[in-house]
Amino acid sequence: MTVLDVRGLTKGFTMHHLGTQMGAFEDISFALQAGEFLLLKGKNGAGKSTLLRTLYRSYLSQGGEILFHSDHGVIDLARAADVDVSFLRRTEIGFVTQFLTARPRVSAQDLVAEPLRLAGQEPTEALRAARHWLYTFGVKEELWAAYPTTFSGGEQQKVNLARALILPQRLLLLDEPTASLDVHARAALVERLGELKAQGTAMIGVFHHPGDVAALIDREIDLTPNAFQDEDRKDVAI
Amino acid sequence: MMDAPQIVKTRPLLIARNVSKRYGAVQALQDVSASVYPGEVLGIVGESGSGKSTFLRCLNLEEDPDHGSYTLDLPDVQGNLFDLDRYARRMLCATRIGIVYQNPHLGLLMKHSSSGNVAERLLIAGERRFGVLREKARDALDASEFPLDRMDAPPIELSGGMQQRVQLAKAIALEPALLLLDEPTTGLDVSVQALVLDTLKKLQQERKITMVIVSHDLGVIRTLSDRVMVMKGGQVVEEGLADQVFQDPQHAYTQQLVHAKL
Amino acid sequence: MSLKSLTKDWEPMSYGFLDASAKREIRRKTLKAIAVPGCQMPYASREVPMARGWGTGGLQISCTLINLQTTVKVIDQGADDSVNAASIRRFLSRVSGAPTTMDTLKADLIQSRHRIPEEKLREDQVLVLQVPNPEPLRPVQPNMSIARQMHADADYGRMWLQLYEQIVRSGRVMQGASYPSLVHGRFVMTPSPIPRWDVSKMHMAKHLTILSAGREKRLHAVPPYTRVEPLVFDDVPYQVEEHQDLTCARSGAKGFFMNEIPQDDGSSTYEVSDSEFGVKTIRKGDGEPVEIGATWYHAGEMTQ
Repeated sequence: MTVLDVRGLTKGFTMHHLGTQMGAFEDISFALQAGEFLLLKGKNGAGKSTLLRTLYRSYLSQGGEILFHSDHGVIDLARAADVDVSFLRRTEIGFVTQFLTARPRVSAQDLVAEPLRLAGQEPTEALRAARHWLYTFGVKEELWAAYPTTFSGGEQQKVNLARALILPQRLLLLDEPTASLDVHARAALVERLGELKAQGTAMIGVFHHPGDVAALIDREIDLTPNAFQDEDRKDVAI
Repeated sequence: MMDAPQIVKTRPLLIARNVSKRYGAVQALQDVSASVYPGEVLGIVGESGSGKSTFLRCLNLEEDPDHGSYTLDLPDVQGNLFDLDRYARRMLCATRIGIVYQNPHLGLLMKHSSSGNVAERLLIAGERRFGVLREKARDALDASEFPLDRMDAPPIELSGGMQQRVQLAKAIALEPALLLLDEPTTGLDVSVQALVLDTLKKLQQERKITMVIVSHDLGVIRTLSDRVMVMKGGQVVEEGLADQVFQDPQHAYTQQLVHAKL
Repeated sequence: MSLKSLTKDWEPMSYGFLDASAKREIRRKTLKAIAVPGCQMPYASREVPMARGWGTGGLQISCTLINLQTTVKVIDQGADDSVNAASIRRFLSRVSGAPTTMDTLKADLIQSRHRIPEEKLREDQVLVLQVPNPEPLRPVQPNMSIARQMHADADYGRMWLQLYEQIVRSGRVMQGASYPSLVHGRFVMTPSPIPRWDVSKMHMAKHLTILSAGREKRLHAVPPYTRVEPLVFDDVPYQVEEHQDLTCARSGAKGFFMNEIPQDDGSSTYEVSDSEFGVKTIRKGDGEPVEIGATWYHAGEMTQ
């Protein structure tokens, strides 16, 4: 079953203050099936993260289609209305980075349980599941009720993973989630990804050390040919 | 231009179309359109004079545009709200729309008690039980994280951050369908600003209030908004999902704004 | 046809002091005021031989309504015999030839400053109240143009807020005289500076009340059988002055509005504020054949 059908996707950046265009990638096409794991490869700056963000609509594509087969029919994410994209981000498309967007005065366990509650799960059940995943990713129990704004980077990352992976989604975009993760958490992550994959979640990932997830990889796309010099673009990143 | 919504079937709560306003030689607003879905937070950024505050005042029906339409999708609220008479406007604003101004003097009676400022809204809506007024004022102040032991102090004796909380309590006391925020944290100390933003964020998450927030401060807009509209010279130059506008700004002016951010 | 046949003979003064056109204007404005209970009507407010602020508003109404058959009573804070009341009474009588009285029951027209008599008024009686400031919104809205809009919109939130603030600050409503009241469920009016004790007397009263402010050039009215409801919160009852248990030191009347008379030793005695009511009570006690009418208050409680 197809989850994502990308056709001729092109992305570049117009930098008005320099009066220049900078290409990121051009004419990328691929299809992704349910339960399939796609690895994006390529040199630093090849546009791997840019592609993920374009699929998530954090970046606007300049050409091509991103046909997403949602529960509500096929929709072109490149052109979908903002509300539709927001809705799909809440329900069907996940984006996992190594950074947590902590919110003031929301405890770690509430943050993790939130996707389940929003999906309509009973609060105590959601909380139970949240604690399970915090435990699995190795977050110390005494931190569960604390506010992650004060956590170390490593602990925040674990909370983030627990939250991002608690609810099985149709499509998961992984932007180096394993970077700087300890061995135990990495193993838990790989196991959880395998579980989700078996349940039919389609995944596209960028990994510094693809060896971490080698067992999960079904296919690879190499973005290198269209080398893109400056991935960590200071001018657009906030 | 993006497609019309396919999946989300709910109608926008607020639809403003082609709102224009001219002050003498200055075109303050030129065909500004916006729609906001229930529970959504729309951020409007732009420098002083971009027309963002004028637009917000139009949404609060305190400013009459030269032309344009404005509808709210609420039971028993019909037609172009700009056509409402003074009485209907006042009732609509008092019961359905809350506003927080940058300058607390615009939104508060500085010498009345803080709780009285909140209670006034309820009085306009017809509440005539003193006990209920006290209780609801207390609840709204509490939700705005205002220290309740000061609830009867007049705003003039309070700090800027506390005055904004009183405004916020007044705005949410009647559980409005729409909350308008005009530079709600501008002029406050940075630490106080963070606390007020924090309260707003918490309220937004707990109550799912539809909000329109205007600020020249990208950080404020970024913290609160789902969607962002960028204004310049009375026109909308760009709009989109907040993360998209901030990470991949399309318009030259937006890029300049984003890049200028520390 | 000659000029003489078309005009009246010269007279040194118009009947009832005011000229015919002034009286006609006041009659028209009074009718309007009766038609829209509690709504303030502007009028020209002529000069009368009395300073503004001494009852010129009430005097103009009285001058307009008076005729040879009208028995006039004038009271000033309950008293018929104060200088002011006596002067106005004598003036009205001299410019109209109308008979005067001190007895509430015998009066057709009662001009009063700051009190409503204790005996119930009848359908055939008219009460004219002198009003210093007719605008109840003035304390909350100094701009009179906006205040008029607020009346039009029945925008009385600020009035209620005023009461809220008083309770929050003092634990009770501090408004004494001029207690703002809603007339016929529509307009908030000031009932002139009558005590709270008297406001309830206006509610569904049989008589017509005309309230007139000469300096402010406005009049309003409470027609017979019209609701007059003091603004009160549902859970904070309206309270009148605590005069229920006071006894008049001179007449022995009990349960009416009293004047406090401070004594040299620091204590106080009380006299009934409605002086003629006190006089009648004394006479009746002396066995004279005096008729005392039904009172609004009975044993200190308002009867309806």
